[in-house]
Amino acid sequence: MVDPIPYINLSWLVPAFPLLGFLVTGLANKHLKHNLAGIIASVMVVLSFAVSVSLFFILRSSGQEAVTVTLFNWIAIGGMNIPFAFLIDHLSLTMMLIVTGVGALIHIYSIGYMHDDERVNSFFAQMNLFTFSMLLLVMGANYLVLFIGWEGVGLCSYLLIGFWFKNPAYNYAARKAFVINRIGDLGFILGIILIFFTFKSVTFSEVFSQAASFHAGSPVITLITILLLVGAIGKSAQIPLFTWLPDAMAGPTPVSALIHAATMVTAGIYMIARSSILYNLAPITLNIIILIGLATALIAALIGLKQNDIKKVLAYSTVSQLGYMFLALGLGAYSAGVFHVTTHAFFKALLFLGAGSVIHAMGGEQDIRKMGGLRKKMPLTYFTFLTATLAISGIPPFSGFFSKDLILSKAFEHNIILYILALGGALLTCFYMFRLLFLVFFGEKRLAGAHPHESPKVMTVPLLILSALSVFGGFLNIPSLFGGDSRFSTFLQSTVQTNASEELSHSTETGLILGSLLLLALIIVYAYRLFVSKAVVPAKDGESMPLFSKLIYNKFYFDEIYTAVFEKPFGFLSDFFYHKIENTVLDPAVDSIGQVTEHAGTLLRRLQKGNMSFYLFAMVAGILLFIIFILIV
Amino acid sequence: MKDITSAIQIIPLNNYIVLSMALFSIGLMGVLFRRNIIAILMCLELMFNSANLLLTAFSAYHSDPTGQVFVFFIMIVAAAEVAVGLSIVVMMKRNVESVDINLLNHLKW
Repeated sequence: MVDPIPYINLSWLVPAFPLLGFLVTGLANKHLKHNLAGIIASVMVVLSFAVSVSLFFILRSSGQEAVTVTLFNWIAIGGMNIPFAFLIDHLSLTMMLIVTGVGALIHIYSIGYMHDDERVNSFFAQMNLFTFSMLLLVMGANYLVLFIGWEGVGLCSYLLIGFWFKNPAYNYAARKAFVINRIGDLGFILGIILIFFTFKSVTFSEVFSQAASFHAGSPVITLITILLLVGAIGKSAQIPLFTWLPDAMAGPTPVSALIHAATMVTAGIYMIARSSILYNLAPITLNIIILIGLATALIAALIGLKQNDIKKVLAYSTVSQLGYMFLALGLGAYSAGVFHVTTHAFFKALLFLGAGSVIHAMGGEQDIRKMGGLRKKMPLTYFTFLTATLAISGIPPFSGFFSKDLILSKAFEHNIILYILALGGALLTCFYMFRLLFLVFFGEKRLAGAHPHESPKVMTVPLLILSALSVFGGFLNIPSLFGGDSRFSTFLQSTVQTNASEELSHSTETGLILGSLLLLALIIVYAYRLFVSKAVVPAKDGESMPLFSKLIYNKFYFDEIYTAVFEKPFGFLSDFFYHKIENTVLDPAVDSIGQVTEHAGTLLRRLQKGNMSFYLFAMVAGILLFIIFILIV
Repeated sequence: MKDITSAIQIIPLNNYIVLSMALFSIGLMGVLFRRNIIAILMCLELMFNSANLLLTAFSAYHSDPTGQVFVFFIMIVAAAEVAVGLSIVVMMKRNVESVDINLLNHLKW
C-alpha cells in the first residue's frame, strides 16, 4: 500500500484553487471577457471539490483519523509557536465537501443568474474569495487560522451583501451584517486569547489534550466556551445577534445561497462542534446554547409565518434551522448538529437557488403576493422546490426528516418540554414553507404583465443535482430504527465527542415519529385548504391585523428594540460628548494652547524687529542691570 | 613727565571722575537717542575719551604708567573703529539714501 501522507500533504490545494481563481478573476477582471470569470471561478471550485473527494478516500483508506499538514511556521516568538497548519480529519473533510460541493453548484448556477450584471467578473472574484475564506476556516489546525477564515467570510459577506452598492439600503444591510458580526468576533477573539492564556497554545490537538486535566464546570473553561459562543452567535445568526441575516437578502440570490448553505452561518456550528471537548466540560454553557437555540428556532419560525418576501421567508427559515443545530449542539449531540448542517446545506441551497430562479423568471419581483400559478410555467423549478420543501419540513424519506428527527429524539431524551417546543417549531416550519410553496406555484397568476419562463440549463442542472441530494442526503445517516448504522455519526465520532446518552427504545421512537408525521400531514392539509382551495392571499402592507399577527409581521420589533436600546442611547451619548465635551472642553482647550503660543510669539517678535536703537537700548539696560546686580550682591 | 604728572595732580581726583562720568553719560545718551549714525559714532568717541581721561588721571595719581600706555592702545583701536564705522556709513548712504539708523531694519525676516 502506498503511503497516504504525501497525498494528504497536498491538501493545501483545496483552498489554493479558489484563491488562485480569486487572484485571476480579481486582478484581471477588467480584461476578462464578460462571462469568462464565472467559468474560471466555477472550474476552480470544482477542482477543489475533486481534491476534497480524493482526500476523503485517501484518508479513509489510510486508516488514520486525523492528519495535520503544516505549511510553514507562521508566528514564532519566544515560547509562542503557531504554525500555519491544516487539520484534515473527519469533521473538516465533511465541511470541506459541503463547502466545495455545494459551493461549486452555486458558482455554476451564478453563471446563468448573474449573466446580465455588468460587474459579473468582480462578483465571481468575491465568491471565490468567500469560498477560500470558508475553506481556511474549516481546515485550520488552530484557532488562529480559523480566525483568519472567520474574518475572511465576514469581509466577503460584507462585499457580497453590498454587491449592488448603488442602492443605499443594500449598503446599510451590508454594514449591519459587518457590525453585528464584529460584536460576535470580539467575543471570539477574547475566547482565543483566554485559550492561549490557559493552555499556552491555540492548536486544537494540544488544547484538547490539555483540557482533559480540567474538571467539568471549571470556571475558566466555562468562560472560554461562553466567549467562543458569543462569536458563534454572531456568525450563525442566533438570538440576540440574528437581525443581520434577514437583511443580508440584499445581496444577489446566489450569495444568499452561499451564505446560508455552504459558508458563513455554518461557521459557528462548526466551531462549537470542533471545540466539543471544551463544551462537554461546561454544562452551564451547553444549557445556554439549548436556550438560545430553542428560542431562535421558535421565534424565527414565528416571524417566517408572516413574511411576504420570498427570500425573507427563506432567511427566517435558515435562522430557525440554525436554532435547531444549536439545540443539537447544546444537547451534546454534535454529530446530529453537523448532520443537520449537511442536509440543510443541500435543501437550503436548493431553496435559495429555486427562489433565485423564480425571481429571475419574474423579472426581479420578490413579493410572493404577486406570484402564483408558476407550477405550469416552471415545472423544473417547481419540482426541485417541492423536494426541498418536503426535505425542510421533515417528511420521510427526505433528508431533512433524518437530521431533524435525530435532533428531536435527542430533545426528547433530554426533556419532554424541550421536545414539544422543538416539535412545535418544526410544525411552524412546515406551515410557512408550504404557504410559500402554495402561494408561489399554485393558484392563479397574480401579477399582470409578467411572463415567467423556465430558467436556462446552467441554472436548472445545479437545481436538479441539489434536489437529488436533498432527497437522498438523509440516507447518509439512517438510524438503527430503520435498520441503518448511523454511518455519518460514526464517521464523526473520532473528531467530535458526543455526550453519551441512553438510546430511546424503538417503540417510543416509532410513536414519536408517527405522531409528528400525523401533525405535519394536518398542517400541510390546512395550508392547502387555506392557500389553494380558499386562495387566501396575505394582507397588503398597512392593512390592520390582530395584535399577535402584527407582532409577528413586524418581526417582534427586534430591529426597533435594538434601535431604541442601543442605537438611540449611543447616538445620544455621541451627541452629548460632541456638544458638551468636544465642543466646550476639548476643542477650546486645544485651541487655547495654540492661541497662547501664537500670542507669546507675537510678544517675543517685537524683540527682533530690526530696530537698531532698541537693540542698543536693550544692551545698555542689560549692562546696567548687570552692574546693579553686582553692586547689590 | 614729572611736570605733567604734577600738573594733573593740581586738580583733585574727584573732579576728574565727575567730568568723565558726565562725558560718558552724554555719550551714552547720544548713542541711545540720536538717529543720525554719524552723531552716534561721535558719541561713541566721546565715551572712549571719557574712559581715556579717567585712565590718565588714575595713572597720574597712582604713579603707574600702565594706564597712560593703555590710553594709546584705546586711541588706536578707536581710530580703526572709526574707519570701519565710517565706511559702513558710506555704504548705508549709498544703499538707503539716508543716515537714519531706524531705516536699517531690512535684515529681519
